[in-house]
Amino acid sequence: MLFGGVFSLMAVGLTLIFGVMRVVNFAHGDMMVWGMYLAWLMATRGGVDPYLGFVVCAAALFVLGFVVQRVLVQRIVDAPHEMQILLMLGVALVLENLALLLFGPEPQRVRSALAQSTVWLGPVFVDVARLIAFAVAVLLTLLLSLFLYRTDVGRSIRAAADNPYGALVIGTDVRRVYAVAFGVGAACVGAAGALVAPLLPFQPPMGLQLSVASFNIVIIGGMGSLLGAFVGGLIVAVAESLGAVFLKPSLKELVSFSLLVLILLFRPAGIFGRRAS
Amino acid sequence: MRRVAIAAAVALLAMLPLVPSVFGSYAVTLFTLIFFYGFLGQAWNIVGGYAGQLSAGHAAFLGIGAYTAALLSVERGVTPWLGMCRIIVSNTEALGGAVGYYITFTGDPRQFQFQDARAYYYVALVMMLAVTGIVAWLERRRFGVYLSAIREDESACEALGVNTFRYKMLAMMLSSFLTGIGGAFYAFYLFSLQPASVFGIPLSVEIIIRAIVGGAGTVLGPILGSFILSPLAELARYYFAQGGWHGAHLVVYGLLLIAVVLFLPEGAYPRLARLFRR
Repeated sequence: MLFGGVFSLMAVGLTLIFGVMRVVNFAHGDMMVWGMYLAWLMATRGGVDPYLGFVVCAAALFVLGFVVQRVLVQRIVDAPHEMQILLMLGVALVLENLALLLFGPEPQRVRSALAQSTVWLGPVFVDVARLIAFAVAVLLTLLLSLFLYRTDVGRSIRAAADNPYGALVIGTDVRRVYAVAFGVGAACVGAAGALVAPLLPFQPPMGLQLSVASFNIVIIGGMGSLLGAFVGGLIVAVAESLGAVFLKPSLKELVSFSLLVLILLFRPAGIFGRRAS
Repeated sequence: MRRVAIAAAVALLAMLPLVPSVFGSYAVTLFTLIFFYGFLGQAWNIVGGYAGQLSAGHAAFLGIGAYTAALLSVERGVTPWLGMCRIIVSNTEALGGAVGYYITFTGDPRQFQFQDARAYYYVALVMMLAVTGIVAWLERRRFGVYLSAIREDESACEALGVNTFRYKMLAMMLSSFLTGIGGAFYAFYLFSLQPASVFGIPLSVEIIIRAIVGGAGTVLGPILGSFILSPLAELARYYFAQGGWHGAHLVVYGLLLIAVVLFLPEGAYPRLARLFRR
């Protein structure tokens, strides 16, 4: 359940990018893995706790997302979907294997002083680290929605998402807005990566799994809907942990994918999605 | 100019069966891989290139084919030659478990196990030529035209009375069936199977990238793509692994994929064809 916050945060990043640009970010999970490794680098080299370091990770991933959008994605925003997917697959391959080259294939884990302590929360016994990860993830999601609904940049992002042409006409620099949106989406997943880094061991090939998990959540919640991504993340996390308890741990992904198939069959737009235009 | 190109291509093709008797075993392995990936790229091409339906999960069909053939052979002693034809019917792939499957080597040709790597070479060559023949034939048939029409404009196609769902499904069935056959070959060429290696997205990417680089939706594109990429991949893997740079060849792949999408979205074959037509 407490993983749900982090799941939500990474799905929120993906849905933001998709909602604004209609580009599916296949490199999403790999960006998350980079967030984890940055947290790991800071923790091992500088002794920075990941629960402080996540800010730096988010900033670094913002820059990465901004650049990827400016240099690559901008050229193919209007291209057919399969070309976009292939491009993003290329980006994913590069990111994943660069991580493999630089950090090696061994699973890593970040040590945080907080990860060892636990508290009694009413009748349940909870890791402090998970609790913090959950709280920070929820906080970041709230901040993001404040950013989108209360600031000028956020408003222009939503304008460009709604109608890029109209936004262009009234003088919005749509390219810049796209780059910022991509950057913010990447920052979300980078922060999510840093937040889970102390909780589970990670290695470069995890990126794809995480990408797929994010798509799954976003589709269940409804493509392009922030609330959907948030609730979807919680639902998937709960479903997976129930599956792990009642079936087999190795079957937990089966549960979330079955959920995905059911949602696609009975409510193709997702729980909070509007009908696709 | 065009005739020269065709003559050169035919001459090259005619020389392929002679490769094993001229070059060493490394070349045979390399060419076997070229044919094998050419075959897979071509099978993907039917649904991804002609019908324009991007399938990023073709490795699943390969995996199903590989597991089915291996299981039938190991558990029941059914020959993979037969298994190759029955893949679409029986997909009992879930039985192997995460550990994978190992096939004991008997060296019996009736069990599709050859002591001589050259046998695999010829099988792969025939597979690639056969699937290319099928695609070339389909391209001229009503079926192929329908698929291109679906790719270009699905609603217009439907408005003209084509049952687009039916043809997309047929294309997918044909493509996955062929890929399943590829899986059977894969299982008995490598003699071991792990779900992560035969079902993974990286393998799907390997398949797709060949068709895209060569030119999706053309008869010779995937084959050309495989002739360009497979040797490159093998050499890169070899040299990078020697330097301890694991994963570097996939970085190169990713960069190549990005470059092709940005600068050569139609693929190499149409570009070359135009060059020779002038």
